[in-house]
Order: sequence, then C-alpha cells, then structure tokens
Amino acid sequence: MDEPIIEALEPPKPAPTGLNIVVCIKQVPDSAQIRVHPVTNTIMRQGVPTIINPYDLFALEEALRLRDEYGGQVTVLSMGPPMAEDALRRALGLGADKAVLITDRRFAGSDTLATSFALTAALTTLAEERPIDIVFTGKQTIDGDTAQVGPGIARRMGLNQLTYVSAIDSLDLAAQGIVVRRRSEGGVQVLRSKLPCLITMLEDTNTIRRGTVQDLLRAARADVTVWSAEQAGVEDPMKCGLRGSPTVVKRVFAPSPRAEKAEMVTVEGKTPAQIGDALIDLLFARDPKLEAVVTAAAR
Amino acid sequence: MTDHFDAIVVGAGPSGNAAAYVMAKAGLSVLQIDRGEYPGSKNVQGAILYSDALERIIPDFRDSAPLERHVVEQRFWMLSEKSHTGAQYRSDDFNEEKPNRYTILRAQFDKWFSKQVRAAGAILITETTVKDLVKNDAGKVIGVLTDREGGPIFADVVVLAEGVNGVVGQRAGLRPEIKPNHVALAVKETHFLPEETIRERFNLAGEEDGVVIEVIGSVSSGMVGTGFLYTNKESISIGVGCILSDFAQTRVPPYELLDRFKRHPSVAPLLKGAEMKEYVAHLIPEGGYDAIPTLTGDGWLIVGDAGQFVNAVHREGSNLAMTSGRLAAESLIQLKAEGKPVTNENLKLYRDKLADSFVMKDLKKYRKVPHLLERNRQLLTTYPSALNRAFQSFLRVDGVDKRTKEAEALRDLKKARGGWLRMASDLFKVARAWR
Amino acid sequence: MAETPQAQPAGRAGLRKELPERFRDYKHVWVLVEIERGKVHPVSWELMGEGRKLADKLGCQLAGVVIGPKAETTKTAIRQTYHYGADVCYIVEDEALTDYRNEPYTQVLTDLVNKYKPEILLLGATPLGRDLAGSVATTLQTGLTADATELAIDDDMCLGATRPTFGGTLLCTIYTLNHRPQMATVRPRVMAMPEPDTKRSGRMIWDNLRMKEDDIITKVLEFVSDNTSKEANLAYADIVVAGGMGLKNEANLALVRNLARTLGGDWGCSRPVVQKGWAPAERQIGQTGNTIRPRLYIAAGISGAIQHRVGVEGADLIVAINTDPNAKIFEFAHLGVVADALTVLPALTDAFARRLGARALAS
Ligand SMILES: Cc1cc2nc3c(=O)[nH]c(=O)nc-3n(C[C@H](O)[C@H](O)[C@H](O)COP(=O)(O)OP(=O)(O)OC[C@H]3O[C@@H](n4cnc5c(N)ncnc54)[C@H](O)[C@@H]3O)c2cc1C
Ligand SMILES: Cc1cc2nc3c(=O)[nH]c(=O)nc-3n(C[C@H](O)[C@H](O)[C@H](O)COP(=O)(O)OP(=O)(O)OC[C@H]3O[C@@H](n4cnc5c(N)ncnc54)[C@H](O)[C@@H]3O)c2cc1C
Ligand SMILES: Nc1ncnc2c1ncn2[C@@H]1O[C@H](COP(=O)(O)O)[C@@H](O)[C@H]1O
Repeated sequence: MDEPIIEALEPPKPAPTGLNIVVCIKQVPDSAQIRVHPVTNTIMRQGVPTIINPYDLFALEEALRLRDEYGGQVTVLSMGPPMAEDALRRALGLGADKAVLITDRRFAGSDTLATSFALTAALTTLAEERPIDIVFTGKQTIDGDTAQVGPGIARRMGLNQLTYVSAIDSLDLAAQGIVVRRRSEGGVQVLRSKLPCLITMLEDTNTIRRGTVQDLLRAARADVTVWSAEQAGVEDPMKCGLRGSPTVVKRVFAPSPRAEKAEMVTVEGKTPAQIGDALIDLLFARDPKLEAVVTAAAR
Repeated sequence: MTDHFDAIVVGAGPSGNAAAYVMAKAGLSVLQIDRGEYPGSKNVQGAILYSDALERIIPDFRDSAPLERHVVEQRFWMLSEKSHTGAQYRSDDFNEEKPNRYTILRAQFDKWFSKQVRAAGAILITETTVKDLVKNDAGKVIGVLTDREGGPIFADVVVLAEGVNGVVGQRAGLRPEIKPNHVALAVKETHFLPEETIRERFNLAGEEDGVVIEVIGSVSSGMVGTGFLYTNKESISIGVGCILSDFAQTRVPPYELLDRFKRHPSVAPLLKGAEMKEYVAHLIPEGGYDAIPTLTGDGWLIVGDAGQFVNAVHREGSNLAMTSGRLAAESLIQLKAEGKPVTNENLKLYRDKLADSFVMKDLKKYRKVPHLLERNRQLLTTYPSALNRAFQSFLRVDGVDKRTKEAEALRDLKKARGGWLRMASDLFKVARAWR
Repeated sequence: MAETPQAQPAGRAGLRKELPERFRDYKHVWVLVEIERGKVHPVSWELMGEGRKLADKLGCQLAGVVIGPKAETTKTAIRQTYHYGADVCYIVEDEALTDYRNEPYTQVLTDLVNKYKPEILLLGATPLGRDLAGSVATTLQTGLTADATELAIDDDMCLGATRPTFGGTLLCTIYTLNHRPQMATVRPRVMAMPEPDTKRSGRMIWDNLRMKEDDIITKVLEFVSDNTSKEANLAYADIVVAGGMGLKNEANLALVRNLARTLGGDWGCSRPVVQKGWAPAERQIGQTGNTIRPRLYIAAGISGAIQHRVGVEGADLIVAINTDPNAKIFEFAHLGVVADALTVLPALTDAFARRLGARALAS
C-alpha cells in the first residue's frame, strides 16, 4: 500500500530565529505599604497591594530591548500563588510574548535554594521546546532581598553567571558572544562571556516601556500557562518548598523603635545663623569629641 | 487589525464594573479601561456598601466579596469644640443572615468586583487613561483614544463611568465642567488598629459587627460639610468633606480640618495608638438633582458619579452608581437584542429606567437640600453648638435650679440664631427640603 | 533565606532533626577575605572581628580564606588576616584569580569547603560576596542567609543570622539546621572594625585552582574605575552630609557638598536624587545604596523612608533638617531642625567655618 505523503502538504516550520529569553519575575507585596501587627509582630497583608518586584522590571526591559534588536521571544516566568498571574499578565502588557506561572502547594515556604530548584525545573522544561539563550533575573526582590535566586539558577543550569549588570555592550548571536558591564567594588568590570548565560540586572539601568494598546489587548486575552510541580518538570518534590529549604526562619520581629525622640532645635524667632549656632552647640554637647574630629578632618 | 467592541466602559469603579459585568454576562463584547494600576488603586478606601444594589447584580456576592464588617450600629453626632451630642441606633436585627450594609475597603472591593467582571468575559486594560472620544462625521461617538500608542479603539457605545470629574465627557463637549459648589472635597485617612482593640472600643460582640458614625457641627468649621468614622476589620476610616467652593473661600486646608477632627476629645480616644497609613482626597458630587448633566447621546451614555448620582443626605453613592450601571447595561443589551443602534433617541430606554428607579426618585426628593445648606450654614454650626451647650448646662450639677437652666438654654439658642422667627423658618426650610 | 518569613516560622522550626552524620565533622569559622584589584574590602576585617567572637564561643578556630593572584598584595592580605584575628589561612594563588570571576572563585571555594569542612562560612554582602555566596551555597546545597546585620550562636551551638526583610520593616533570624556549612553574607559597616594586632600570625594551608585560564569562559576585558578621587569612600566617612528631594534641584546639592567639605566629611543623597540624575549612583545611601556608620550624619530634605533609614541607623549622631515636622526622619534622628534646608545648610556651613577657623570654600 502506498502511503500518501502528508508532510508535503505542510511546509516545514522555519527554525526559530533570534534570541530565546526568559525573564524570572516575582510578585511581591508593595513593601512601602506593609504594616506590622503591633501585638503579634506578623505582617498585616490586608489591603497591601502586590506589584511586580521593581528590580525585575529592569531585567524585563533589557530583555525586550534585546528582542526588539535581535528578534526572538521573551517569556516571563514566575513561581508563586495563583494570584501571581496578575503580575505575569502585566508583564505581557509591557510587551512580553509568553507567560508561565508555576504554582503548587508544595512550593509554599520555599527559601532561595528551593526557589531556584523549582524555577530551574521549569526553565529546563521550557528549554526542551527551544534552547534558552539568556535567563534574566532582577538584582534582588524587595521582600526577600537576597539576590541569591539568580546565582542559584545559573549554578543549577550551568549558565555563565553575570550579576549586577548595568549594561549589555554587545551581543553576537552567531558567535554566541556577549559583552556586559558588571558593577563591582570601586568600579565596573567589562566582561566577555558566552551564551547561554544568566544576567541579573542592576536597577535604574533603563526605563520600562509602556505597552501599546495592542500589547494590552493581547495581554488581556492571552493565556498564562499554569504549571503544577509535575508539569514544570519537578522530579523530586522533596526538594521544593519547606522540605527542600535548608534555612529555617525561627523568629520574625519588628525593629525596636528608638525610645528617645529627636531633640528639636527651636527655630522660632531665630535667624538661620542663630539656628546654625544652636545646632552646633547641641552637637558638641552631645558628643564632646566631635569637635576634635571635625577640626582634625577639616584641618 | 482594528479592535471593535460592543461596548467600551471608561472606568472600573462601582458604576463601570456594574455596567461591564451585566453586559459581559449577557454575552456582549466589552472592553473596560481604567487609569489606575489596578481597579480600585486610585479609589478612595473605606466606605459603606449597600447590599441591595449589588445583590441585584451578583446575588451571592457575600460568598466571595471582601467585606469588612456589617453595620449593627449607627451613631449621629453633633459636634461642638469640646463635646458632642449624639443619637445612636443599634439593633440585633442588623445581625440578619443577609445584612443590609457593610463597611468595605474600596481598593479591595473594586479589585474583587473587577475580577468578577473579567470572569464574566469582559476585557480590562489598566494604567491607561482615556483621553478623548472618537466621533464620526455625524457626531456619533464611535470609540476612544487613550494615552497609549496604538491608535483608537472602537465600539458601538461608550459608557462613561469615569467618576465625578467627568473629564472625558467634558473634553468631548458632551457636558459642562463641574461647578465647585456642586462637589464636596473629602479627605480621608485609614488608621490601623488590632481587631480586638476595635471590638473593645466600639463595644462590638460579633467578630464582624461594625459601627458607623456620621458627624455634623464644628467638624466642618462653618463650611457645608460632614465628617464620618467607619470601623473596618483592622482599621478605622475617618474623614471630613466640605463643599469645594467653601474650602476655596475659607482657605482652610482640608487636612487641617481632618486633624482637628481627629484631635477632638470625642474622637481621639477611638484612634489612640493607631497607625495612620493612608491619606487621600477625593471629590464627591453633591449638587444633587439640579446638577445632573445630559446623560445620553448618540453612541454614549453616563453612569455613576459622572452623572452626579449621589445622595448626599444619606451618604449613598456606590449603590446609585451600581444601579445606574446596571440599568444602562440592561438598556444596551435590549437594544442589541432588538438590533437597534445606540442613538440618543433609543437611549430613552435608559433614561426611563433611571427615572423609574430609586436613583432619580431619591435625588428628586432631596433636590433642595444642597441649596438649603449652602444658604443656611447655621444649620450646621449654630444648632449643634447650642445643643451641646444646652446639654452641658443640663447635666452639670452646680446648684443652679433646672428651670433656670432650661430658660438659659433656650435664651442662648434664640440669641445664637437671632430670634425665634429665624429658628422657625430654619425648621420650615429643613422640613420642606426633606419632603 | 525564606521568601515569606511569616509563613509559619514555628512550623518550619519544628522541622529540626539531628544533624546528619556526614556533617558532624564540620568545624571552625571561615571568613572570605575579599580582595578586589589588590585591595581587601574592609568588610572582611569587620567579619574577622565578628568571626573571632563566634569561634571563641564555639571553642574552635577562625580561618581566613585568601583567594587571589600570586602577588605582593595577596601576601599583605594574608598577613593582615592574622592581624585581624585569624588562626589559620587557606590560600589559593593563581594568575587566573587576578580579577574576580564567578567560575574559578566558585570552584576554589567549594573545593576548600568540601576538603576542610568549615561549620560556618561568612562573606561580605558586596557584589563579589553575594555573587559568590549564591553559587557556592547552591553547589553545596546548603542554606545561605543574605545581607545579615547580626550574628549569634544559640544554645544549640547553631548560627543565628538576623537580617532585615521587607525592606527593613521586619527583622528575622534565620538558621541552617540540617546542613553545613552555615553560610551568611553580612552587610558592610554593621559590624565593628576590630583593632589589628600586628604581632599575630598563624598557620597557612595552601591549595590549588583546578582550572586553567583556557577553561574559564568569562574574560575581564577592562576595569573602569569609579572616578572617586578620594581614597576613603562614603561608607567609611566619619562625617556624612546628605541631601534629598527637599533640596528641589541639582544645583542645591552644592549646599550639601559645601558643608561636607567644611567638615572634612563626605556627601551622599537619597535614591530619588540619583534617579533624577542629580548625583551618581555611588552617592546613594540606604537599602540599595551605601550603608554608612559615621559619627555624624546630617540629612537635609530627606523624608526618612524605611529604605533610607536602614542605611543610616548605625550613625552615632543623626541630625535631620526638614520642613515637615511630621517627617519620618524625626523618628530616628537625634537632633531635629524644622526649617528650610536651603537656608539652614549655608548658615550651618558658615557657623562651622567660623568655629573651626577655616573658611567655607565656595564651590
Ligand atoms: C470619602 C468618600 C466617602 C464615600 N462614602 C460612601 C459610602 O459610604 N457609601 C457609598 O455608597 N458611597 C460613598 N461615596 C461615594 C462613592 O464612592 C461613589 O459614588 C462611587 O465610587 C461612584 O462610582 P463610580 O464608578 O461612578 O466612580 P468612581 O468610583 O470614581 O470610579 C471611576 C473610575 O474611572 C477611572 N477613570 C476616570 N477617568 C478615567 C479616564 N479618563 N480613563 C480611564 N479611567 C478613568 C478612575 O480611575 C476610577 O477607577 C463616598 C465617596 C467619597 C469620596
Ligand atoms: C525597592 C526600593 C529600594 C529603595 N532604596 C532606597 C535607598 O537605598 N535609599 C533611599 O534613600 N531611598 C530608597 N528608596 C526610596 C525610598 O522609599 C524613598 O522614596 C526615598 O528615600 C525618598 O527620598 P527623599 O526623602 O529624598 O524624597 P521625599 O520622600 O520626596 O522627601 C523629601 C523631603 O524633603 C522635605 N523638604 C521639602 N522641602 C524642604 C526644604 N526646603 N527644606 C528641608 N526639607 C524639605 C519634605 O518635607 C520631605 O520630607 C527605595 C525604594 C524602593 C521601593
Ligand atoms: N518566586 C519567584 N519567581 C520568579 N522569579 C523569582 C522568584 N523569586 C526570585 N526570583 C528572581 O530572582 C531574583 C532575585 O530574587 P531574591 O534572591 O529573592 O532576591 C528576582 O529579582 C527575580 O528575578
């Protein structure tokens, strides 16, 4: 029996061109609006709005900029509660092409090691579809402030790790080369590395764009891919969440407020010069040695 | 590709959400646009929700809506500098299965409502301000222009649920600018306290019981205005609002008014130890019936605060907003079903539904109140303080006989208002405005 | 570090098990001596001082880990490591370690840990320390507390690292109970700088980098040094004057610089000032900028947001100049002036100049 040749009817899909970039974003409570319960010392989340971790927006913008220049696609990836879908949808509205949320009860209570484990599983699953060239993360989150998840992912995936990047100087797709500026102590390192790499982006390095009306409409209609631990490719759930976290938070408490109130310099009826003098008197009264320090320093 | 919708709703407050929800549920394609980061983000927190209006839209809203407390007690205070005279009504009947009034935090409530709207099938875009309306050559509204790139978006009808300012309608020449004596400026703060403390301070038995205090008198410093204090779960909403033109005239900074209110000896103990987290200012349309703009035209209609649908006397707004939104939606659904275009003529349907509802009926009933208060400030100043003086003298045991005290109180009142005749006329005016 | 510390801390603490057998012989406290371009970051000495206390409490040794090129600067660093309190030095010298790069440094440090098994490993919370610690902890699959501001040994002889979270609104104490080493990065300028004892010395243990330059993918093309002419940087200045948005415009920052100069101190600013482009990023003070610990800190036109506060709280004396009597900064300042900074700053500069007999330099 002759088999009809079906393939001929469907032209082969062109190989994807450009960059395949994934940006890890986290939904965080707006720390400016967080309150601490005066009695129980726990976080009062009631009414506290959530936002995309502000540092991640610099990573997202850099990713979008590269995509616009070199072609390809930007996927945003987040691990979090189902509600984190809002953050991903917002990222789509800013111009990202695809969004993936990994959410599972077993992820609850993850520390950075467990977080990077779960995100790595999802990234590996995504890479099966198409190899990833660059993974971006923010410098750090505003709730955890650890700056560890990025390096964790890089290590697990064996990606070249480029942290605290303030600018991407050049990118050579054919040679898989990349040159970045990395903030370090007392200066900036200009580093040449290779794709695939992981970049954690420094803040204030760019300004996040406003999506167009079409971006927003597309984002509103788009499906956010939602994966459970299994779907994300997590093989050993014991390495997730609380169980997979070597760190233990034993105590959470509010910083003790300073008992002493600021001593106010009276200003009523004083000229600026008199205020200055009064202030200096108070300063030297409080710290008698200060006068010597100032004199020595001023020489 | 151009996008065309059955309806574009400008604004995701109570009125816009109601309209979008009802239309989307009926299968219309709806695009809702709000300038806030998320629905409710720009909206003033802390308010009373009246169940009925919402129940007609989402009958089982109690299952999932973020409700703070249901109101079991209402207090009315007449404030003078150091005292207040009050009436209060508490009833266990308010602990019914489906309570009639709740305190809510708008930021959370609006977010929840918006989620229902999207679940019903409407598309929402946020952080986007509608700049102007797009009209065809015949002058019919056919879409909107936003502050984002990507050109206009088109629809059969634009529902203006943009709130009190009505800037979009104004810019498109559909309505006049809002007058300073038709709006009150309200400033409000949220003060956080542990749940237990709130229950103790307001003598509340049930975990979800709440108290509402409405205040007139010295709280407005002679301006036309009122104060309020609502109990939420873990916070207290407190605010004052006065007619904008009065603020302009007296030059009293609004926050100072609120500060004085907070420091008042009757109020301070209720807030003691609380953490202030939020200060917001917002306008409330209080011009009443006579300030209502033209509500419909070819391809557009107005709902909610944008239509001045606020009953200032009863402090109702969100329920009028939701009801007008629902009625507009029902009218548009009907037009679509009948294959009729959205013309001003066909929108008579909406105007009629409104006229038949409590929205217009109530606004008509209190039509004279705004004018009355504006021209008779004594109602908010003289009477409350005289009343407080009378009570003070009545309760203070100081060797003066009671008959003398009564006479003094009456004399005091008469003097304050400049004669019995004036007082009688005040009473008459109030009664007439209320009729 | 847990992402959501309020997620049942009790439940997690209840997970405590016996330390697995394979970790029982992990002993001693290690501090990474951070050398960048030949210079040791002062945080390493601060950590040496703190590490000394922990080692004494545990009754074990304190070791410094010195990684760098074969060079005189590395030798100096080794000597200093003993001066600041180390008993032992683990040393890896290699040309490939001249500049910091993640790959070889991670390899060196993980190898040393696996071989010599420290109980505690501390690094500075600097770009280098945080880059390296994250990789090393992941490779070792152990716990890492970032950006700690306090370290202590509890009754079970475990390390408790306390750190701010939620932008400083809360503090939490974190333990690594079932893994070793217990790792933490520590914020510069929060631990006191110990007095060096130049007579001290100790044991040296040498090891090698098991990598050749050709194996290392990332290359350093160039190092662009910040144009901070002064040797002493902001974080270590004795006197700091800083300005915020209350200064209204870039030009008025000169008032801050003038006062700083008159006092022989350094100057800084709040974050929005950097964002406006009025000052370079290295001038920023706060959570995402410098943590400072001067004797005197003068803040002009700064509201005192929590993110700013966490960077200045260690100052001995905080003076705030702000027009708003309710500004948050007065909650943690020692001295407050409710007045216009634009007039008070020049007046204060003049007054100091008069007293000090020096003349205020015009900018
Ligand atoms: C202090 C205060 C207390 C109140 N208390 C109560 C109370 O206890 N009970 C009660 O029932 N009512 C109360 N009200 C009144 C009530 O809040 C309003 O009547 C109600 O919110 C009106 O709803 P709305 O949808 O018409 O307008 P809004 O709630 O104002 O919503 C308008 C929405 O449109 C958006 N928008 C505006 N312009 C544009 C644009 N150009 N492009 C895109 N989006 C736009 C805004 O962001 C906003 O989300 C109170 C009001 C105030 C100020
Ligand atoms: C993730 C994150 C990280 C952050 N990190 C940092 C950080 O590291 N460092 C930092 O500083 N901020 C940081 N911030 C920002 C921080 O939250 C505040 O926004 C910022 O500190 C405010 O700066 P400011 O006090 O200069 O400005 P404003 O808040 O605008 O305050 C200006 C102050 O000046 C006063 N003023 C006005 N005019 C005068 C006058 N003529 N004389 C005197 N006083 C006057 C005002 O009363 C006001 O208090 C961060 C924020 C986020 C979200
Ligand atoms: N749950 C998460 N989902 C996605 N990305 C995350 C998550 N947590 C952290 N990240 C990424 O890792 C960066 C560093 O986070 P952190 O280590 O928590 O400071 C963030 O800026 C994010 O880009």
